[in-house]
Amino acid sequence: MTLDLLPIGQDARIVAVDWAALVAEEAQRLQALGLDAGARVSVAHRGVFAGRDPLAITVGRMTVALRRVHARAMQVEPV
Amino acid sequence: MSRLRTAALVGNPNAGKSALFNALTGARQKIANYPGVTVERKAGRLILPSGEPVELTDLPGSYGLHATSPDEEVTARVILGQYPGETMPEVLVVVLDASNLEQHLVFAQEIIALGRPTVVALNMVDLAERDGLVLDPAALEQALGVPVIPTVAVRRRGLDALAAAIASAEARAARDPGDHHRPSTDLTERRVTAQAIARAAIVSETRQHRLHARIDRVLLHPWLGPVILFALLFVVFQAVFAGATPFADGLEAAAGGLHDAVQGAMAPGLVRDLITEGVIAGVGSVVVFLPQIVILFFFILAMEASGYMARAAFLMDRMMAGVGLSGRSFIPLLSSFACAIPGIMATRSITDPKDRLTTILIAPMMTCSARLPVYAVIIAAFIPNRAVGLGIGLQGLVLFALYVAGVVGAMAVALLLRRSVTKGAASGFIMELPKYQMPRAKDLFIGLFQRAWIFLRRAGTIIFTVTVVLWLLLNFPRAQDGQDQVDASIAGQIANGLAVVVEPIGFNRDMALALIPAMAAREVAVSSLATTYAVAAADDEAGAQQLGAQLKAHWTLPMALAFLAWFVFAPQCMSTIAVTRRETNGWLWPSFMLAYLFGLAYLAAGITFWAATAAGL
Repeated sequence: MTLDLLPIGQDARIVAVDWAALVAEEAQRLQALGLDAGARVSVAHRGVFAGRDPLAITVGRMTVALRRVHARAMQVEPV
Repeated sequence: MSRLRTAALVGNPNAGKSALFNALTGARQKIANYPGVTVERKAGRLILPSGEPVELTDLPGSYGLHATSPDEEVTARVILGQYPGETMPEVLVVVLDASNLEQHLVFAQEIIALGRPTVVALNMVDLAERDGLVLDPAALEQALGVPVIPTVAVRRRGLDALAAAIASAEARAARDPGDHHRPSTDLTERRVTAQAIARAAIVSETRQHRLHARIDRVLLHPWLGPVILFALLFVVFQAVFAGATPFADGLEAAAGGLHDAVQGAMAPGLVRDLITEGVIAGVGSVVVFLPQIVILFFFILAMEASGYMARAAFLMDRMMAGVGLSGRSFIPLLSSFACAIPGIMATRSITDPKDRLTTILIAPMMTCSARLPVYAVIIAAFIPNRAVGLGIGLQGLVLFALYVAGVVGAMAVALLLRRSVTKGAASGFIMELPKYQMPRAKDLFIGLFQRAWIFLRRAGTIIFTVTVVLWLLLNFPRAQDGQDQVDASIAGQIANGLAVVVEPIGFNRDMALALIPAMAAREVAVSSLATTYAVAAADDEAGAQQLGAQLKAHWTLPMALAFLAWFVFAPQCMSTIAVTRRETNGWLWPSFMLAYLFGLAYLAAGITFWAATAAGL
């Protein structure tokens, strides 16, 4: 399953990230924020109205906002 | 030793660096730009326990020495002593958010590994405790190999200990230049180490329901969130207009009193007129808007300090994506409501170049505080002060509509630009949502004081100069008998020429006249109208009337509305053009900006004038 499909509140672990699918600077920024293979994540909020974009992801003790396109590059498994 | 020592605060964004910087340096701060770029350089003076001063700089927040944005590049180069004209800081003070060690220790390791004199400030320990997290600073000190001082910047806790540690970090460095700790260049490795160090430093951790998660459930609610955001923005603009009135009236009365005092004390003549009609009427009419600007900046600073600004970016991302931008553009654009210059500078945090260019090009359409004096005077003169229900005043509503017009225009232009001149891949949105914090009165006060000072300095320099020059141009050559002074003057002749161009959109000569000096700064339009009518009124028996009454006597309602519409779009500010040139490295984009904004302003004013005339207003 990819991160964008994870139900709100469900804890998961990132198992793999398809970095090649992302712009290089964005990939680097996501890594700097701790979104990398092995990280424990959950979806805290989904975007406004019916758009469901962007997502607010809890990673460690941080909340990071990102777009669905980024979340789609991240394979997660629920824990 | 009498030489000024140097230290720098470094850390991730949201580590509470600015609050710590304010607490350590107080009001002894100097804000400038790093040479060559527009990244803000904040420096201040920290007094060590020995009484010695240290120059402390607050470096832009960064996630690592490997930069992904211009801000981060400045930080990295200053730390490494590679920034031309900047001395390498002798002591590095790493600021950590105590409740987010796993993340913040990643960058901290990179700094400590440099082997330079380093001190760690374990900041916001109180918030960590509120979240049920108890830490052991000694264990952290052991693991990192540098002094760790727990601090609560906002309560001034741990500041003396931190200053002492900075002092002794220097002494130790003098004896023993750092040698241990070979850097780990691998990010994944540093992250694993960070997690291990953080785990070892945590004494106890209770899984409490974190406060900010509960607040987010309301403020980031898919439906409620945007409603709250727009309600808040409406309250801000209502407060700006209504809340400032008593203060503005007070300042206006003071300017009037000064005017009368000079009038009474000096013999009649041109010098007296220069002081009363030129300086006091001109500068005074701008200074009265200080309360409104302070109120607007108060809300912007409070939204930033509380952590709500990032939530606003989150809520706005979807909408911004609709016009090809991202939520990141929302922060520069909201800052542009105060002033386009810091707004355009704030675009440096946008990584995508086309995204950034688009944001720069539309930023001047956000209603900046310099437009407020123009709007305020015209609205007060022409829009009746009555309620339209629900405690909403008609004047506030018109003001709100002007702000909305700017936003809608900006969004439409962004949409067009992203499909033409700044065409490119859709931009992304990645941003940390910081923890909520109660904004601290002192930090707000320092921020407000700095903004107010910048405004008053403008009033004292640019606006003063322009007003005096305009007064001279209005008074020379002197009118012959029976001739109108304004018509006879140099300024009047220039304006008569310009009036031919702006006549089709309903502008008269006085309005054309106001547009010229307003290129220096928009608010000068008000002072030049004040000066023009003061000069014109000097001949009358009535003497100097209130500006509002003068406007009503000379303008019709459609003219006033067209003037407002003009100011929604017109790029009436040299400084914005200059900063755009600097940020885009050339004259191409500032020229483009001037052309399209003047075009829009002309169209908007024309349509407003003829529509209002047709409607019989």
